[in-house]
Amino acid sequence: MKYMLLVYADENAWTETEREACYQESAALTRELHSRGQYIAANPLQSISTATSVRVRSGKPLVTDGPFAETREQLGGYFLVEAKDLNEAIAIAGRIPGARKGTVEVRPVLDIPGLPPQASQTLGVMVDVPCTMEEMVDQKL
Amino acid sequence: MAMYGTLEQVRSAVGQIYQAESRRVFATLVRLLGDFDLAEEALHDAFAAAMKQWPDQGVPANPRAWLVSAGRFKAIDAMRRRARFDASLGRLAERLNDGQRPTPDSDEDAVEDDRLRLIFTCCHPALSMEAQTALTLREVCGLTTEEIASAFLTSPATLAQRIVRAKAKIRDAGIPYQVPARDDLPDRLDAVLRVIYLVFNEGYAASSGATLTRADLSAEAIRLGRLLTVLLPEPEAWGLLALMLLHESRRPARSTPDGELILLDDQDRSLWDRSLIAEGQVLLQRALPAPTVGPYAIQAAIAAVHADSPSSDATDWNQIVALYGVLLRMAPSPVIELNRAVAVAMRDGPESGLELIDDVLARGDLADYHLAHSAKAEFCRRLGRIQAAREAYERALILARQGPERRFLKRRLAELAAK
Repeated sequence: MKYMLLVYADENAWTETEREACYQESAALTRELHSRGQYIAANPLQSISTATSVRVRSGKPLVTDGPFAETREQLGGYFLVEAKDLNEAIAIAGRIPGARKGTVEVRPVLDIPGLPPQASQTLGVMVDVPCTMEEMVDQKL
Repeated sequence: MAMYGTLEQVRSAVGQIYQAESRRVFATLVRLLGDFDLAEEALHDAFAAAMKQWPDQGVPANPRAWLVSAGRFKAIDAMRRRARFDASLGRLAERLNDGQRPTPDSDEDAVEDDRLRLIFTCCHPALSMEAQTALTLREVCGLTTEEIASAFLTSPATLAQRIVRAKAKIRDAGIPYQVPARDDLPDRLDAVLRVIYLVFNEGYAASSGATLTRADLSAEAIRLGRLLTVLLPEPEAWGLLALMLLHESRRPARSTPDGELILLDDQDRSLWDRSLIAEGQVLLQRALPAPTVGPYAIQAAIAAVHADSPSSDATDWNQIVALYGVLLRMAPSPVIELNRAVAVAMRDGPESGLELIDDVLARGDLADYHLAHSAKAEFCRRLGRIQAAREAYERALILARQGPERRFLKRRLAELAAK
C-alpha cells in the first residue's frame, strides 16, 4: 500500500542548525527507504510565508496570500512511501525527524484510474519489502 | 466418526456449535479472506451449508474445521461469480484459492492465534478507544449491536455506525491482522485489557434481558484473560484475571434458584466458589508487588477482601475504603466514587454514604445510572426517609433494563408502600 506521511510542526520550532540536521537525517531515511524499494517521493516545503491559496468560486479563481488554515502547526513536508500495512507506515513515520517536534499524519493513498505511473514505478524499483517489522524496530534503536 | 440424527437433533447441534465456535471460525476466516465483511458473509454461508448437509451426511468429527473450509470455499465461489462484474474480485479469488489452506483440524494453537490476532486488530491504537471496544465485542465476542449499545449507554444506531467506520478504517488504512511484535505488546495490552473488562462486566451484570448475569460472556472474558496471561506475563493481565475470577466466584450466591437478585449482605457465602477465589488470590499475590501494579489489581484486592470475609459485618470496610481511594487516584471515575461512597456508608453509616452519593449525582455524571439511584434509595430507606427512598427507587426503576433488577426494585417499592 502507498501511504502519504504529512509532517506538521511549528516551523519556528527549529534553529537553523537543527533544520539542517533534520534535512540530513530525512535524506538519509529516504535513501534507506529507497534501498528497500519503499521510497516514492519526499520533500520539505518552503515556509508558509511563501504559501498561496487558490479557490475557484462561481468559475472564478480566487487567489489569496497564506496557507489553507492559520494554525500553530503547519504542513512542513511529506514522504510518500510504500509499506505493507499501517504498522509499517507508522514505524516509518516514527523515524521522521519532524515527528519529534510536531506530528506526522499517516494517510493511505487512494489509487484512482487514469493517473500516470509514478516515477519510481517506471524505474522498476517497486519490489517486495525484504525486511520484517522486527528488523525495522531494531534499526530504529 | 460422523454423528447422525434427526433433523431436530442436527438443528440443536448446529445451534450449540454456533454458540461455541462461530467467533473462532470467524477469526480464522478473517485471516484466510483478509476482510471482515467477507468473513462474516462466509461464516453465515458456512452455517447455512451445515444446516443443509449435516442432516444427510451427519455432523462432522471436527465441525470447526468443516465450517472454516466451507466458509472459505463459499467466499471464493461468491467472488468468482461476482468477477463477471469486477475483474479484481476474480484475481482475488484465484489468489485465495492458491493461497494457504485452512489450518489443520486439530491445530488448537493456530485457532487461538487467530483469536488473538482478531483481538489485537480490533484494539489497534489507530482506532478510537470507543471503536476498539465496540469492534471487539461485536467481532470477537459476537455480541449484538443492541447489547453493546446498552453496555456503552449509547444508541444502537450510533454503535452500528461506529463499527462500520472502524471496519472501513481497518480495510482502507491497512491495519494488519497480526499479534504485535513483543516490543509493542505492553502498549497494545492496555486497550485489550479494558475491552476484556467491559465484556466481563456485561456478563457479571447484564445490562438488559431476562437474567441477572450472563455466564457465557463472563466465561468468554475469563477465557480471553487466561489466554492473555499466557501470551503476556504482565501484572495488569494477572490483576484483571484475578479480578474476574474473584467476582465470578460469587455467581452461585448472587441469585435465587428462580433468578432473583440477592445483595452481597444477604448472600450465603458458603456458596462462593473457593477454587476460583484461591486461583484469584494466587494471581493477585503475583500482581500486587509489581512496580507497575494498576487499577485491575487494586480492584481485585477489593474483591479479595470481600472473599476473605465471613460476613458483611466482619468485612474490613476500612481497607476497602482505602483501596477505593487508591483506585480513584489512579483512575478517577464517578462509578468508582459511587462504589467508595457505598463502602463509606458500610463503615460510617448510611448518612455519610448518602452525602457522597448526592455529591456525585449533583455533578450529573451518573444521572442515568440506575445503580446510583438504587444505592441512594437503599440508604434513604435505612435512614427512614421513605419519600426520598421511594423517589430514588422509582428513578432507578425507570433506568433499569434487566428483569431481576427491575423486580428487586419493585419489591423494595412495594415494601415501602406497606409502611
